[in-house]
Amino acid sequence: MKQQINLPLKNLKGKPVRSAMLLLLTVLLSFVILAGSLTVSSLRTGLSSLQSRLGADIMVVPYEATTKSSLENIVLQGNTGYFYMDSKRCEKILNCEGIGQASTQFFLATASSGCCSLPVQIIGFDPATDFTVQPWIRRSYGEALQKYDIVVGHDLNAFVGDTLKFYGTECRVAAKLDQTGTSFDTTVFTNAETIKALIRSSLDLNMNDFQNIDPEKVVSCVLINVADGYSVEEVMNDINIHVKKVKAVRTKEMISGISESLRGISDITGLLIGGIWLFGLLILFLMFTMSVNERKKEFAVLRVMGASRRMLSAVVMKEALLIGLAGGLTGTELGLLTLLPFHSLLESQLELPFLLPDALHIILIAAAGAAITVGVSALAASAAAYRLIRTDTALILRGEN
Amino acid sequence: MILRAEKTVKEFMRENRQAGTNCFCAVQETDLTLESGTLTVVTGRSGSGKSTLLNMLCGLSQPTRGRVLLEDADIYALSDAALSRLRNEKFGVIPQGQTALHSLTVIENALLPFYLYHESPDISYAEELLEMLGIAALRNVKPAELSGGELRRMSIARALVRKPPFIFADEPTGDLDDENTQAVFRFLREAADRGAAAMVVTHEQGIEKYADRLFRMDAGVLHEA
Ligand SMILES: Nc1ncnc2c1ncn2[C@@H]1O[C@H](COP(=O)(O)OP(=O)(O)OP(=O)(O)O)[C@@H](O)[C@H]1O
Ligand SMILES: [Mg+2]
Repeated sequence: MKQQINLPLKNLKGKPVRSAMLLLLTVLLSFVILAGSLTVSSLRTGLSSLQSRLGADIMVVPYEATTKSSLENIVLQGNTGYFYMDSKRCEKILNCEGIGQASTQFFLATASSGCCSLPVQIIGFDPATDFTVQPWIRRSYGEALQKYDIVVGHDLNAFVGDTLKFYGTECRVAAKLDQTGTSFDTTVFTNAETIKALIRSSLDLNMNDFQNIDPEKVVSCVLINVADGYSVEEVMNDINIHVKKVKAVRTKEMISGISESLRGISDITGLLIGGIWLFGLLILFLMFTMSVNERKKEFAVLRVMGASRRMLSAVVMKEALLIGLAGGLTGTELGLLTLLPFHSLLESQLELPFLLPDALHIILIAAAGAAITVGVSALAASAAAYRLIRTDTALILRGEN
Repeated sequence: MILRAEKTVKEFMRENRQAGTNCFCAVQETDLTLESGTLTVVTGRSGSGKSTLLNMLCGLSQPTRGRVLLEDADIYALSDAALSRLRNEKFGVIPQGQTALHSLTVIENALLPFYLYHESPDISYAEELLEMLGIAALRNVKPAELSGGELRRMSIARALVRKPPFIFADEPTGDLDDENTQAVFRFLREAADRGAAAMVVTHEQGIEKYADRLFRMDAGVLHEA
């Protein structure tokens, strides 16, 4: 014979069907909150990683190729493409007022035919001035890139030490980058020297869209950070007015399209979660009320045996907490188990940058989801507990005689 | 120990179609003293206010007017926690009707007053009580499998398990056959002889022989018979 009994637990076990229903409901609720917030926060992480990759205030591109949408296609959507402008323009740009950091970049897309190992976007940077790509490459590769060294995005099917052929020229994979959840995961990066050689090879093979360019005398874009004391607006206008045939774009504007669809998804997810929760809360509330009502007499007996009002509500609350805890933990676990393995599928379905937050963040989200579930079932039960302790024991006792 | 009802009155509000709500007096101004070692029996017609009086005395129902004094201290002046503790330790109550906790076994039901305050249960005394009441074999059975009379005897064991100085029994033999009825009354008599103050409400005839004091309730008024 046990020395003590756990009345709330016994009560739950005594009504297995009702307890199972309550459990199912709390599992559903915590699953929904975890899956929803993990999706939204992955999208946010993806966006902010994109923003930091585009870590420049302004991007200046040749006017012909520009229009915001074609830029977006290349930089954000992962489509391949390239465009060039005369490097003389570049000097004019750099002469404008208010330029803090500036660095040129070179684009090239490889073909899918035999001359190239992979059809990818290649971005070349100027190692001397670059401030957007190198800080990020340095996380995976500490040394300076030599000629014909390339760094590949996380999702490309190439590994350190591999040799890739672009327009007949062989390049060595020096490093593989961390995942960003953006189109950069399928991009190849290299220094200016290498990409100029590759552009030259493509021209030699007659496979470049531009036929009469000199790789030494063109650039694709100039990335600019404005100097202290100047506004992005001012510098942008200055460039657009004073330098012909180029267009300065605010990089934040480039990702505004993504931000908007992201906001849309966040809103819809939020609404869905809210709706399911409201519904769940209502059912939880009804079920706890019913469960307590059904046992009104038993609670009155506890009162007769000397239980205080506080003890009665403690029994009701403990039942709810047990259910909430069990359901909350199961639901979040289930959510993690389904969402983590399938996140790349989600990513391709959503066509948006989707990057799982770091482990600590995931743990926090999961803990919060479970905690909210516990809290809400406690809230739902507290209404029932309050009603219970307010009814007169003597009245309940005479009820079903 | 002495428990005393002093000019206690219980009124209820009643809905009335013609007159709206009006006041109904279930127990008129009543004095009653329960003393250690005595068995007090209250009889009376259904609806005369017996249960209402008993509930006031055992700390479950606050009188509309008047007081209930335990050794000269008003029990309804206590906080809910203190009054609950008092009920647990000093008042063994056998309520009218079925009062089993369905998620617990018979022995667990009987030991409930200990469990509530996380005290170590007096298992051997509980078993002794079940034995005396003839339900020892049902020790580990859930209430759903018990007959009405067995449930009632279980609730008697539960009320007595802490050896309380006051015992309140509201029709404790309602579901019992004659033989068991006599056994229960002998049982309550013995408890009184050991020093408890017992108050029993009953419809049974021929229990005068067990009673020290016999009362009759009539439309909320208590008469000593
Ligand atoms: N909470 C209440 N609200 C309204 N009326 C009540 C309430 N409790 C009791 N009454 C009324 O008070 C009267 C006395 O009830 P009580 O239960 O004390 O009778 P009783 O003598 O125990 O009857 P029985 O022998 O049938 O158990 C009854 O008329 C009943 O309707
Ligand atoms: Mg009664």
